[in-house]
Amino acid sequence: MFKILSNETLAAQVHRLVVEAPRIARARLPGQFVIVRLREGAERIPLTIADADPKHGTITLIIQAVGASTKDIVATPVGDGLRNVAGPLGKATHIKNWGRVACVGGGVGTAVLYPLAKALAEAGNEVTTIIGGRSAPFVILRDELAAFSKEVLVTTEDGSLGEKGFVTLALDKLIKDPARRPAAVFAVGPVPMMAAITRLTQPDGIETIVPLNPIMVDGTGTCGGCRLTVGGKIKFACVDGPEFDGHQVDYKELMARLNTYQECDCRLQEQVRKLETEAPR
Amino acid sequence: MSRPSPKERMAIARTKMREQEAAARAKNFKEVNQGLEELAAREEAKRCLECKNKPCVAGCPVAVRIPEFLMKVADGDLAGAAAILREDNALPATTGRVCPQEKQCEQVCIRGKKGEPVAIGWLERFVADWAARNMEPPKPPAVKTGYHVCVVGSGPGGLTAAGELARMGHDVTIFEALHAAGGVLRYGIPEFRLPKDIVDREVANLEALGVKIECDVVVGKTITVRQILEEFDACFVANGAGLPVFMHIPGENLKGIYSANEYLTRVNLMGAYLPGSKTPIAKGACAVVFGGGNTAMDGVRTAKRLGSARAILAYRRSHDEMPARAEEVKHAEEEGIEFLFLVAPLEFLGDAKGWVRAVRMQRMELGEPDASGRRRPVPVKGSEFELPCDIGVVAVGTSSNPLLTSTVPELKLNKWGNIEIDANQMTSVPGLFAGGDIVRGGATVILAMGDGKKAAQSMDAYLKEKVERAEDW
Repeated sequence: MFKILSNETLAAQVHRLVVEAPRIARARLPGQFVIVRLREGAERIPLTIADADPKHGTITLIIQAVGASTKDIVATPVGDGLRNVAGPLGKATHIKNWGRVACVGGGVGTAVLYPLAKALAEAGNEVTTIIGGRSAPFVILRDELAAFSKEVLVTTEDGSLGEKGFVTLALDKLIKDPARRPAAVFAVGPVPMMAAITRLTQPDGIETIVPLNPIMVDGTGTCGGCRLTVGGKIKFACVDGPEFDGHQVDYKELMARLNTYQECDCRLQEQVRKLETEAPR
Repeated sequence: MSRPSPKERMAIARTKMREQEAAARAKNFKEVNQGLEELAAREEAKRCLECKNKPCVAGCPVAVRIPEFLMKVADGDLAGAAAILREDNALPATTGRVCPQEKQCEQVCIRGKKGEPVAIGWLERFVADWAARNMEPPKPPAVKTGYHVCVVGSGPGGLTAAGELARMGHDVTIFEALHAAGGVLRYGIPEFRLPKDIVDREVANLEALGVKIECDVVVGKTITVRQILEEFDACFVANGAGLPVFMHIPGENLKGIYSANEYLTRVNLMGAYLPGSKTPIAKGACAVVFGGGNTAMDGVRTAKRLGSARAILAYRRSHDEMPARAEEVKHAEEEGIEFLFLVAPLEFLGDAKGWVRAVRMQRMELGEPDASGRRRPVPVKGSEFELPCDIGVVAVGTSSNPLLTSTVPELKLNKWGNIEIDANQMTSVPGLFAGGDIVRGGATVILAMGDGKKAAQSMDAYLKEKVERAEDW
């Protein structure tokens, strides 16, 4: 069992958990994730490691409760534990000093963005952070990101906080301003957002890195469930990623695969009916 | 105790395994084989002629003293039979169920020359199951050596090595990447062939011997091999083959297409077949599984049990070249699995939402023998056809997972990325041993167990030599 040492609410449905995991804390690098299983019978889900403290043997997870599994996890009280935490998995972010970088987070993606942006700032980059959400309550980690960002730009779809519109609007302005134009863009959020950002950065050839989160089971390369097409080749997000060159990713396929288990329930019954009504082979 | 004469032994016909009826079992995940009754087992054991050469022992990768345990069964001394098995084989309830006996012990059984061989596998299973009900778990050895050894992976190779090392008095820790021990026995082999309570029992027996199992440790990520060699006196790597091989044909990333690893892991490890499971699995009326090995057979029979009206196994060679265990092929045929031989997929076709709906196939014919000695399948021009396919499972093999090996630059690998070992299972790194699929590149449970057994003996010798070397100084 991996004991939960603190569980604090950052925003509606967004929790910061500090978890005892000494081996993982020692080995972890920014950009890596863990596979968590809350209890016997629960699903295995990948979660980005937001921070690690090797001295105290703890890792920090920032979790937005969007599905059944994440809701169960954030509802776990301090003192209880997570049944399984395996990691750190995936490749570490390739951190270097690009000079000026833009870090873009949409909704739940902001939690994944946070450790990345922090590592980039620590490496000497001038970080401009753009975060957005449907409305004000969905914009998270603003103060945490402001602690190391040169500026934090906020957009909301309804205009309840920051500028009204999508994060792409703010990024577009940044790219067009020669004094603020980033050498690289790190973008995390819903797939359509990452696809839109990639389209925005493509004409100028601005390197764009996207951490991806497809459906995963083991997280060590043995199942291939997280496969996606990058530059025409099959890649496994768990071992080849999670970060990829945004300009090479097949977003349409990724999005379709992410919807697998929202659609699959009713398929079988329909098909069996069809098979039974058709003439025998 | 008087034993039957050779003539009397020859007169006994091979027993039959009690099985769940085919139509019923094709709809559930309960074990197909129901085991032998004691009387039937004792009669079957009497069929052994106690021949002088004991080819069955040589045919067994872990050299179980087969005639000796069979005679104990014949005499009704089941505890004696179990004691022999326990000494020679760390996982008898498992191998009795999943070993390809027809290619090993039973293939060379002298009774098979005229008629049918002794049912060694069924008897092994019978004794192991009897022992589980009637005997105390094994006890840790009284004398400890003081050495700490590490085993990476808790599949058949790792469990066997751990058991042997623990019985030698070493302090053994297993690191397992997943959340439950057993490796392929846990995530790969389905419940209907190897019930998971048997894996639990085999693991519990090892823990009773004093073996410590730490789950959620991904060696290469959570801890490095270098760190392990600093913490432990020796290490055995048996982390399996790992990476699924895809066919690299168009449409392979459509929804509804799984690697066999993912398909079986969702069902076996995560329990996706159980009502109320938190882990989902896609189901479809027509499931097509590609491959001809045991994994393909497990996949197609799983699809049938998940409710597919048609479950088809598509294999590019013919019936006789299938590497699958004979009993599984027979069971699959009885369960209504359709076999399509001499076909190869060209392309998966999808619907508007990105789900697979069909597979375009091509017929093959057998040409000249290839490197494996089997006749090579050659495409037949103009033979393309379309097959409905709502679920596709790719079971054409696995390749080595570089997760661990890539973090040990000094570790010598072959061109396929498998670890190279010497005659004693030791790698190019002193104190680091390896076996099972990470060395062999995709073999059987029993071969991995043979590696584990041999490695344990080599590690024991290595640790003793280490002391002598130290004393020489």
